Amino acid sequence: MNCAEFEVLLHALIDGELDAGHARDVEAHAAICSACGEKLASFRAMRDAMSGAALKETTPAHLRNRIEAALPVPQARVIPMRGLLKPTRRSFFGGFAVGSALSAAAAASLMLAVVRNNQEQTITDEVVSAHIRSLQAGHLIDVATSDQHTVKPWFNGRVDVAPPVVDLTAESFTLLGGRLDYVNSEPVAAIVYQRRKHVINLFVAQHLGGRHPRIVADSVQGYNVRHWSQDGLDLWAVSDLVGDELDEFVQKVASALRRPPSAS
Amino acid sequence: MASDAVAEQERMRRFRDAALPHLDDVYTLARYLMRNAADAEDAVQECYLRAIRHFDSYRGPAMKPWLLAILRNVCNAEFARRSKEELPTDYSQEESLAEEMPMWQEPQASPEKVMLRQQDSATIRRLVAELPAPFREAIVLREINDLSYQEIAEVTGVPVGTVMSRLARARAMLRSAWNTAEASTAKPGSATASGITL
Repeated sequence: MNCAEFEVLLHALIDGELDAGHARDVEAHAAICSACGEKLASFRAMRDAMSGAALKETTPAHLRNRIEAALPVPQARVIPMRGLLKPTRRSFFGGFAVGSALSAAAAASLMLAVVRNNQEQTITDEVVSAHIRSLQAGHLIDVATSDQHTVKPWFNGRVDVAPPVVDLTAESFTLLGGRLDYVNSEPVAAIVYQRRKHVINLFVAQHLGGRHPRIVADSVQGYNVRHWSQDGLDLWAVSDLVGDELDEFVQKVASALRRPPSAS
Repeated sequence: MASDAVAEQERMRRFRDAALPHLDDVYTLARYLMRNAADAEDAVQECYLRAIRHFDSYRGPAMKPWLLAILRNVCNAEFARRSKEELPTDYSQEESLAEEMPMWQEPQASPEKVMLRQQDSATIRRLVAELPAPFREAIVLREINDLSYQEIAEVTGVPVGTVMSRLARARAMLRSAWNTAEASTAKPGSATASGITL
Protein backbone atom coordinates (compact mmCIF):
# COMPACT_ATOMS: atom_id res chain seq x y z
CA MET A 1 0.00 0.00 0.00
CA ASN A 2 1.26 3.46 -0.84
CA CYS A 3 0.46 6.75 0.90
CA ALA A 4 -2.04 7.85 -1.77
CA GLU A 5 -4.11 4.69 -1.33
CA PHE A 6 -3.84 5.05 2.41
CA GLU A 7 -5.17 8.61 2.19
CA VAL A 8 -8.55 7.33 1.00
CA LEU A 9 -8.68 3.96 2.76
CA LEU A 10 -8.00 5.40 6.20
CA HIS A 11 -11.52 6.86 6.16
CA ALA A 12 -13.04 3.50 5.34
CA LEU A 13 -11.03 2.14 8.25
CA ILE A 14 -12.26 4.65 10.82
CA ASP A 15 -15.80 4.30 9.48
CA GLY A 16 -15.67 0.56 10.04
CA GLU A 17 -16.26 -0.14 6.35
CA LEU A 18 -13.20 -2.31 5.70
CA ASP A 19 -13.06 -6.06 5.95
CA ALA A 20 -10.53 -7.53 8.35
CA GLY A 21 -7.88 -8.14 5.66
CA HIS A 22 -7.87 -4.60 4.28
CA ALA A 23 -8.10 -3.13 7.77
CA ARG A 24 -4.89 -4.98 8.66
CA ASP A 25 -3.16 -3.61 5.55
CA VAL A 26 -4.15 -0.05 6.39
CA GLU A 27 -3.10 -0.40 10.03
CA ALA A 28 0.18 -1.94 8.91
CA HIS A 29 0.94 1.03 6.65
CA ALA A 30 0.11 3.46 9.46
CA ALA A 31 2.55 1.61 11.69
CA ILE A 32 5.51 1.93 9.32
CA CYS A 33 4.80 5.38 7.84
CA SER A 34 4.82 7.98 10.58
CA ALA A 35 3.22 10.74 8.47
CA CYS A 36 0.29 8.47 7.63
CA GLY A 37 0.14 7.26 11.22
CA GLU A 38 -0.28 10.83 12.43
CA LYS A 39 -2.90 11.49 9.80
CA LEU A 40 -4.88 8.47 10.94
CA ALA A 41 -4.66 9.58 14.57
CA SER A 42 -5.77 13.11 13.80
CA PHE A 43 -8.76 12.02 11.67
CA ARG A 44 -9.74 9.60 14.40
CA ALA A 45 -9.60 12.41 16.96
CA MET A 46 -11.73 14.62 14.73
CA ARG A 47 -14.23 11.84 14.20
CA ASP A 48 -14.46 11.20 17.98
CA ALA A 49 -14.97 14.91 18.61
CA MET A 50 -17.73 14.96 16.03
CA SER A 51 -19.55 11.97 17.43
CA GLY A 52 -19.36 13.52 20.90
CA ALA A 53 -20.72 16.85 19.72
CA ALA A 54 -24.37 17.83 19.36
CA LEU A 55 -24.50 18.08 15.60
CA LYS A 56 -27.95 16.64 15.10
CA GLU A 57 -30.86 19.02 14.92
CA THR A 58 -34.10 18.62 16.79
CA THR A 59 -37.19 19.15 14.70
CA PRO A 60 -39.04 22.24 15.95
CA ALA A 61 -42.32 21.27 17.62
CA HIS A 62 -44.42 23.37 15.26
CA LEU A 63 -42.94 21.58 12.23
CA ARG A 64 -43.45 18.17 13.82
CA ASN A 65 -47.06 19.06 14.59
CA ARG A 66 -47.62 20.35 11.07
CA ILE A 67 -46.28 17.13 9.53
CA GLU A 68 -48.28 14.91 11.83
CA ALA A 69 -51.35 16.94 10.97
CA ALA A 70 -50.55 16.72 7.26
CA LEU A 71 -50.65 12.94 7.32
CA PRO A 72 -54.26 12.54 6.38
CA VAL A 73 -56.26 10.73 8.99
CA PRO A 74 -59.83 10.79 7.69
CA GLN A 75 -62.07 11.74 10.59
CA ALA A 76 -64.91 9.35 9.82
CA ARG A 77 -62.49 6.46 9.86
CA VAL A 78 -60.87 7.27 13.13
CA ILE A 79 -63.85 6.72 15.35
CA PRO A 80 -64.55 3.06 14.60
CA MET A 81 -60.81 2.37 14.76
CA ARG A 82 -60.57 3.86 18.21
CA GLY A 83 -63.37 1.58 19.23
CA LEU A 84 -61.42 -1.36 17.91
CA LEU A 85 -58.14 -0.36 19.42
CA LYS A 86 -59.37 0.14 22.94
CA PRO A 87 -62.16 -2.33 23.46
CA THR A 88 -63.80 -2.18 26.82
CA ARG A 89 -64.75 -5.54 28.18
CA ARG A 90 -68.36 -4.72 27.72
CA SER A 91 -68.16 -3.62 24.11
CA PHE A 92 -66.01 -6.60 23.32
CA PHE A 93 -68.49 -9.17 24.56
CA GLY A 94 -71.38 -6.99 23.52
CA GLY A 95 -70.07 -7.06 19.99
CA PHE A 96 -70.16 -10.82 19.90
CA ALA A 97 -73.61 -10.98 21.39
CA VAL A 98 -75.12 -8.58 18.90
CA GLY A 99 -73.62 -9.00 15.51
CA SER A 100 -71.88 -12.30 15.21
CA ALA A 101 -72.80 -15.87 14.61
CA LEU A 102 -69.66 -17.15 16.27
CA SER A 103 -70.10 -20.02 18.63
CA ALA A 104 -69.13 -19.48 22.24
CA ALA A 105 -66.07 -21.69 21.77
CA ALA A 106 -64.87 -19.75 18.76
CA ALA A 107 -65.42 -16.51 20.61
CA ALA A 108 -63.44 -17.78 23.57
CA SER A 109 -60.50 -18.87 21.44
CA LEU A 110 -60.53 -15.56 19.59
CA MET A 111 -60.55 -13.76 22.92
CA LEU A 112 -57.59 -15.85 24.04
CA ALA A 113 -55.68 -15.03 20.86
CA VAL A 114 -56.34 -11.34 21.31
CA VAL A 115 -55.27 -11.37 24.93
CA ARG A 116 -52.11 -13.31 24.19
CA ASN A 117 -51.19 -11.00 21.36
CA ASN A 118 -51.80 -8.00 23.57
CA GLN A 119 -49.48 -9.44 26.19
CA GLU A 120 -46.86 -10.09 23.56
CA GLN A 121 -47.30 -6.55 22.24
CA THR A 122 -46.99 -5.12 25.74
CA ILE A 123 -43.72 -6.96 26.25
CA THR A 124 -42.46 -5.86 22.84
CA ASP A 125 -43.25 -2.26 23.78
CA GLU A 126 -41.57 -2.68 27.15
CA VAL A 127 -38.47 -4.18 25.60
CA VAL A 128 -38.23 -1.25 23.18
CA SER A 129 -38.77 1.20 26.05
CA ALA A 130 -35.98 -0.50 27.99
CA HIS A 131 -33.76 -0.15 24.92
CA ILE A 132 -34.55 3.57 24.56
CA ARG A 133 -34.03 4.09 28.31
CA SER A 134 -30.65 2.40 28.06
CA LEU A 135 -29.51 4.92 25.44
CA GLN A 136 -29.90 7.82 27.84
CA ALA A 137 -26.62 8.97 29.30
CA GLY A 138 -25.15 6.64 31.87
CA HIS A 139 -27.85 3.95 31.65
CA LEU A 140 -26.36 1.70 29.02
CA ILE A 141 -24.08 -0.58 30.98
CA ASP A 142 -23.55 -1.58 34.60
CA VAL A 143 -20.46 -3.63 33.82
CA ALA A 144 -18.39 -2.21 30.97
CA THR A 145 -16.02 -4.61 29.31
CA SER A 146 -15.40 -6.25 26.00
CA ASP A 147 -14.50 -9.48 27.76
CA GLN A 148 -17.29 -12.04 27.75
CA HIS A 149 -15.76 -13.80 30.76
CA THR A 150 -16.24 -10.67 32.87
CA VAL A 151 -19.82 -10.03 31.79
CA LYS A 152 -21.22 -13.50 32.38
CA PRO A 153 -20.18 -13.95 36.04
CA TRP A 154 -21.33 -10.42 36.83
CA PHE A 155 -24.94 -11.56 36.41
CA ASN A 156 -24.54 -14.28 39.08
CA GLY A 157 -27.04 -13.60 41.84
CA ARG A 158 -28.55 -10.69 39.97
CA VAL A 159 -30.81 -12.64 37.62
CA ASP A 160 -32.06 -16.21 37.77
CA VAL A 161 -30.48 -17.19 34.48
CA ALA A 162 -26.93 -17.54 33.29
CA PRO A 163 -27.25 -15.37 30.19
CA PRO A 164 -25.22 -16.39 27.17
CA VAL A 165 -22.47 -13.87 26.44
CA VAL A 166 -20.84 -14.56 23.11
CA ASP A 167 -17.86 -12.91 21.50
CA LEU A 168 -18.89 -11.58 18.08
CA THR A 169 -15.96 -9.21 17.57
CA ALA A 170 -14.96 -11.15 14.46
CA GLU A 171 -18.41 -10.44 13.05
CA SER A 172 -17.88 -6.73 13.88
CA PHE A 173 -20.41 -6.73 16.70
CA THR A 174 -18.48 -5.25 19.62
CA LEU A 175 -19.38 -6.38 23.12
CA LEU A 176 -19.78 -3.27 25.31
CA GLY A 177 -20.88 -4.91 28.54
CA GLY A 178 -23.92 -5.93 30.55
CA ARG A 179 -26.72 -4.36 32.51
CA LEU A 180 -29.47 -5.41 34.87
CA ASP A 181 -32.81 -4.20 33.52
CA TYR A 182 -36.48 -4.67 34.31
CA VAL A 183 -39.04 -5.71 31.75
CA ASN A 184 -42.60 -6.61 32.67
CA SER A 185 -41.55 -6.00 36.32
CA GLU A 186 -39.07 -8.87 36.14
CA PRO A 187 -35.30 -8.54 36.31
CA VAL A 188 -33.71 -9.42 32.98
CA ALA A 189 -30.13 -9.57 31.80
CA ALA A 190 -29.27 -7.08 29.09
CA ILE A 191 -26.11 -7.73 27.09
CA VAL A 192 -25.01 -4.75 25.07
CA TYR A 193 -23.34 -4.91 21.68
CA GLN A 194 -22.49 -2.28 19.15
CA ARG A 195 -22.03 -2.18 15.40
CA ARG A 196 -20.76 1.13 14.05
CA LYS A 197 -22.80 3.62 16.09
CA HIS A 198 -25.77 1.34 16.56
CA VAL A 199 -26.35 -0.13 19.98
CA ILE A 200 -27.93 -3.56 20.26
CA ASN A 201 -29.55 -4.68 23.49
CA LEU A 202 -29.92 -8.43 23.88
CA PHE A 203 -32.43 -9.08 26.65
CA VAL A 204 -32.38 -12.54 28.18
CA ALA A 205 -34.79 -14.04 30.70
CA GLN A 206 -36.34 -17.37 31.56
CA HIS A 207 -39.83 -16.24 30.59
CA LEU A 208 -40.43 -13.12 28.59
CA GLY A 209 -43.35 -13.43 26.19
CA GLY A 210 -44.58 -16.57 24.47
CA ARG A 211 -42.29 -19.38 23.38
CA HIS A 212 -41.12 -18.88 19.83
CA PRO A 213 -38.67 -21.49 18.52
CA ARG A 214 -38.58 -19.49 15.30
CA ILE A 215 -37.46 -15.88 15.19
CA VAL A 216 -40.28 -13.34 15.35
CA ALA A 217 -39.56 -10.01 13.69
CA ASP A 218 -41.23 -6.77 14.68
CA SER A 219 -40.64 -3.07 14.45
CA VAL A 220 -41.74 -0.49 17.02
CA GLN A 221 -41.14 3.26 16.82
CA GLY A 222 -38.50 2.66 14.20
CA TYR A 223 -36.60 0.13 16.29
CA ASN A 224 -36.21 -3.39 15.01
CA VAL A 225 -37.08 -6.17 17.41
CA ARG A 226 -36.28 -9.88 17.10
CA HIS A 227 -37.58 -12.42 19.57
CA TRP A 228 -36.95 -16.11 19.85
CA SER A 229 -36.66 -18.91 22.41
CA GLN A 230 -33.69 -21.19 22.74
CA ASP A 231 -32.29 -23.48 25.44
CA GLY A 232 -35.14 -22.63 27.80
CA LEU A 233 -34.48 -18.91 27.49
CA ASP A 234 -36.41 -16.11 25.86
CA LEU A 235 -34.17 -13.75 23.93
CA TRP A 236 -35.03 -10.31 22.58
CA ALA A 237 -32.71 -8.27 20.39
CA VAL A 238 -33.53 -4.57 19.91
CA SER A 239 -31.66 -2.03 17.84
CA ASP A 240 -31.94 0.77 15.33
CA LEU A 241 -29.76 -1.32 13.03
CA VAL A 242 -31.45 -2.15 9.73
CA GLY A 243 -33.41 -5.39 9.79
CA ASP A 244 -30.90 -7.37 7.74
CA GLU A 245 -28.04 -6.56 10.05
CA LEU A 246 -30.06 -7.30 13.17
CA ASP A 247 -31.04 -10.63 11.59
CA GLU A 248 -27.35 -11.32 11.03
CA PHE A 249 -26.71 -10.56 14.71
CA VAL A 250 -29.52 -12.86 15.83
CA GLN A 251 -28.25 -15.67 13.60
CA LYS A 252 -24.74 -15.32 15.06
CA VAL A 253 -26.02 -15.40 18.63
CA ALA A 254 -28.33 -18.34 17.92
CA SER A 255 -25.62 -20.39 16.27
CA ALA A 256 -23.13 -19.55 19.02
CA LEU A 257 -25.68 -20.89 21.52
CA ARG A 258 -26.09 -24.08 19.54
CA ARG A 259 -22.38 -24.79 19.73
CA PRO A 260 -21.33 -26.72 22.84
CA PRO A 261 -19.73 -24.36 25.35
CA SER A 262 -16.01 -24.01 24.85
CA ALA A 263 -13.55 -25.21 27.47
CA SER A 264 -13.05 -21.72 28.89
CA MET B 1 -66.00 0.58 1.74
CA ALA B 2 -65.30 -0.14 5.36
CA SER B 3 -62.44 -2.44 4.47
CA ASP B 4 -60.94 0.29 2.26
CA ALA B 5 -61.08 2.62 5.20
CA VAL B 6 -59.40 0.08 7.43
CA ALA B 7 -56.72 -0.58 4.81
CA GLU B 8 -56.07 3.13 4.40
CA GLN B 9 -55.92 3.56 8.15
CA GLU B 10 -53.48 0.67 8.37
CA ARG B 11 -51.34 2.15 5.57
CA MET B 12 -51.23 5.47 7.36
CA ARG B 13 -50.32 3.83 10.64
CA ARG B 14 -47.49 1.92 8.95
CA PHE B 15 -46.22 5.09 7.36
CA ARG B 16 -46.27 6.97 10.64
CA ASP B 17 -44.50 4.16 12.50
CA ALA B 18 -41.87 3.84 9.79
CA ALA B 19 -41.26 7.46 8.82
CA LEU B 20 -41.86 9.68 11.85
CA PRO B 21 -38.98 8.28 13.95
CA HIS B 22 -36.58 9.63 11.29
CA LEU B 23 -37.94 13.17 11.37
CA ASP B 24 -34.93 14.57 13.24
CA ASP B 25 -32.55 12.95 10.75
CA VAL B 26 -34.48 14.38 7.82
CA TYR B 27 -34.66 17.82 9.41
CA THR B 28 -30.94 17.73 10.23
CA LEU B 29 -29.96 16.97 6.64
CA ALA B 30 -32.37 19.68 5.45
CA ARG B 31 -30.75 22.24 7.74
CA TYR B 32 -27.27 21.41 6.48
CA LEU B 33 -28.34 21.34 2.83
CA MET B 34 -30.59 24.43 2.82
CA ARG B 35 -28.54 26.27 5.44
CA ASN B 36 -31.47 28.10 6.97
CA ALA B 37 -34.36 27.08 9.15
CA ALA B 38 -37.30 28.30 7.08
CA ASP B 39 -36.17 26.62 3.85
CA ALA B 40 -35.32 23.46 5.77
CA GLU B 41 -38.83 23.32 7.21
CA ASP B 42 -40.42 23.69 3.79
CA ALA B 43 -38.17 20.97 2.41
CA VAL B 44 -38.96 18.56 5.25
CA GLN B 45 -42.68 19.09 4.85
CA GLU B 46 -42.48 18.53 1.09
CA CYS B 47 -40.34 15.44 1.70
CA TYR B 48 -42.94 13.83 3.95
CA LEU B 49 -45.76 14.66 1.56
CA ARG B 50 -43.86 13.01 -1.29
CA ALA B 51 -42.96 10.06 0.90
CA ILE B 52 -46.58 9.35 1.78
CA ARG B 53 -47.52 9.54 -1.90
CA HIS B 54 -44.83 7.05 -2.85
CA PHE B 55 -45.09 4.86 0.22
CA ASP B 56 -46.87 2.12 -1.74
CA SER B 57 -43.86 1.72 -4.00
CA TYR B 58 -41.46 1.64 -1.05
CA ARG B 59 -39.88 -1.80 -0.83
CA GLY B 60 -37.17 -1.18 1.68
CA PRO B 61 -34.62 -2.10 2.75
CA ALA B 62 -34.22 0.86 5.10
CA MET B 63 -36.60 3.75 5.65
CA LYS B 64 -34.03 6.36 6.70
CA PRO B 65 -31.95 6.42 3.48
CA TRP B 66 -35.16 6.31 1.45
CA LEU B 67 -36.48 9.42 3.20
CA LEU B 68 -33.11 11.19 2.99
CA ALA B 69 -32.96 10.51 -0.76
CA ILE B 70 -36.39 12.11 -1.18
CA LEU B 71 -35.34 15.07 0.96
CA ARG B 72 -32.21 15.52 -1.10
CA ASN B 73 -34.26 15.54 -4.32
CA VAL B 74 -36.57 18.15 -2.84
CA CYS B 75 -33.62 20.37 -1.91
CA ASN B 76 -31.96 19.97 -5.31
CA ALA B 77 -35.22 20.78 -7.09
CA GLU B 78 -35.47 23.94 -4.99
CA PHE B 79 -31.90 24.95 -5.85
CA ALA B 80 -32.59 24.28 -9.54
CA ARG B 81 -35.72 26.44 -9.39
CA ARG B 82 -33.80 29.26 -7.72
CA SER B 83 -30.95 29.21 -10.19
CA LYS B 84 -33.52 29.50 -13.00
CA GLU B 85 -35.02 32.52 -11.31
CA GLU B 86 -31.51 33.74 -10.58
CA LEU B 87 -32.32 34.57 -7.04
CA PRO B 88 -29.26 34.97 -4.90
CA THR B 89 -29.08 32.43 -2.13
CA ASP B 90 -29.69 34.02 1.21
CA TYR B 91 -27.17 32.84 3.74
CA SER B 92 -27.88 35.61 6.21
CA GLN B 93 -29.66 33.30 8.59
CA GLU B 94 -26.64 31.12 8.78
CA GLU B 95 -25.25 33.10 11.68
CA SER B 96 -28.28 32.25 13.75
CA LEU B 97 -27.46 28.55 13.45
CA ALA B 98 -25.47 28.60 16.63
CA GLU B 99 -28.14 30.37 18.65
CA GLU B 100 -30.84 27.97 17.58
CA MET B 101 -29.01 24.93 18.80
CA PRO B 102 -31.19 22.63 20.84
CA MET B 103 -30.27 22.30 24.47
CA TRP B 104 -27.78 19.51 24.81
CA GLN B 105 -28.84 17.48 27.77
CA GLU B 106 -26.17 15.64 29.55
CA PRO B 107 -27.13 15.31 33.17
CA GLN B 108 -23.80 13.99 34.35
CA ALA B 109 -21.63 16.74 32.95
CA SER B 110 -20.77 19.73 35.07
CA PRO B 111 -22.31 23.04 33.91
CA GLU B 112 -19.01 24.41 32.69
CA LYS B 113 -18.31 21.24 30.74
CA VAL B 114 -21.71 21.55 29.06
CA MET B 115 -20.91 25.09 28.05
CA LEU B 116 -17.63 24.07 26.48
CA ARG B 117 -19.23 21.28 24.58
CA GLN B 118 -21.95 23.56 23.25
CA GLN B 119 -19.28 25.92 22.11
CA ASP B 120 -17.50 23.13 20.33
CA SER B 121 -20.68 21.79 18.73
CA ALA B 122 -21.57 25.25 17.44
CA THR B 123 -18.12 25.63 15.92
CA ILE B 124 -18.21 22.22 14.31
CA ARG B 125 -21.68 22.92 12.89
CA ARG B 126 -20.45 26.14 11.38
CA LEU B 127 -17.40 24.45 9.86
CA VAL B 128 -19.52 21.68 8.37
CA ALA B 129 -22.04 24.21 7.04
CA GLU B 130 -19.24 26.04 5.23
CA LEU B 131 -18.11 23.00 3.22
CA PRO B 132 -19.00 22.93 -0.49
CA ALA B 133 -22.26 21.07 -1.14
CA PRO B 134 -21.12 17.58 -2.29
CA PHE B 135 -18.62 17.30 0.56
CA ARG B 136 -20.99 18.75 3.16
CA GLU B 137 -23.65 16.28 2.10
CA ALA B 138 -21.27 13.32 2.31
CA ILE B 139 -19.98 14.21 5.77
CA VAL B 140 -23.47 14.90 7.19
CA LEU B 141 -24.87 11.63 5.84
CA ARG B 142 -21.91 9.76 7.30
CA GLU B 143 -21.23 11.46 10.64
CA ILE B 144 -24.63 12.77 11.64
CA ASN B 145 -27.20 10.64 9.82
CA ASP B 146 -24.95 7.63 10.39
CA LEU B 147 -25.43 5.97 7.00
CA SER B 148 -23.13 3.30 5.62
CA TYR B 149 -21.10 4.01 2.47
CA GLN B 150 -23.49 1.90 0.44
CA GLU B 151 -26.47 3.87 1.74
CA ILE B 152 -24.75 7.20 1.05
CA ALA B 153 -24.04 6.00 -2.48
CA GLU B 154 -27.72 5.17 -2.95
CA VAL B 155 -28.95 8.44 -1.50
CA THR B 156 -26.59 10.61 -3.54
CA GLY B 157 -26.69 8.48 -6.70
CA VAL B 158 -22.94 8.04 -7.08
CA PRO B 159 -20.67 4.96 -6.84
CA VAL B 160 -19.23 3.94 -3.47
CA GLY B 161 -15.76 4.92 -4.71
CA THR B 162 -16.96 8.49 -5.21
CA VAL B 163 -18.44 8.49 -1.71
CA MET B 164 -15.07 7.45 -0.33
CA SER B 165 -13.11 10.13 -2.15
CA ARG B 166 -15.68 12.81 -1.22
CA LEU B 167 -15.46 11.82 2.42
CA ALA B 168 -11.67 11.95 2.28
CA ARG B 169 -11.80 15.44 0.71
CA ALA B 170 -14.51 16.57 3.12
CA ARG B 171 -12.56 15.49 6.19
CA ALA B 172 -9.33 16.98 4.88
CA MET B 173 -11.07 20.34 4.31
CA LEU B 174 -12.82 20.12 7.64
CA ARG B 175 -9.59 19.36 9.44
CA SER B 176 -7.75 22.35 8.06
CA ALA B 177 -10.72 24.65 8.75
CA TRP B 178 -10.89 23.16 12.23
CA ASN B 179 -7.24 23.83 12.90
CA THR B 180 -7.64 27.41 11.73
CA ALA B 181 -10.67 27.88 13.97
CA GLU B 182 -8.87 26.39 16.96
CA ALA B 183 -5.85 28.57 16.40
CA SER B 184 -7.94 31.75 16.15
CA THR B 185 -10.07 31.06 19.21
CA ALA B 186 -7.37 29.52 21.39
CA LYS B 187 -6.69 31.59 24.47
CA PRO B 188 -4.16 30.87 27.15
CA GLY B 189 -5.65 28.49 29.66
CA SER B 190 -8.61 27.52 27.48
CA ALA B 191 -6.71 25.97 24.62
CA THR B 192 -6.62 22.53 26.22
CA ALA B 193 -10.14 22.70 27.57
CA SER B 194 -11.76 21.37 24.44
CA GLY B 195 -9.59 18.29 24.62
CA ILE B 196 -9.28 18.24 20.86
CA THR B 197 -5.86 18.21 19.35
CA LEU B 198 -5.60 17.81 15.65
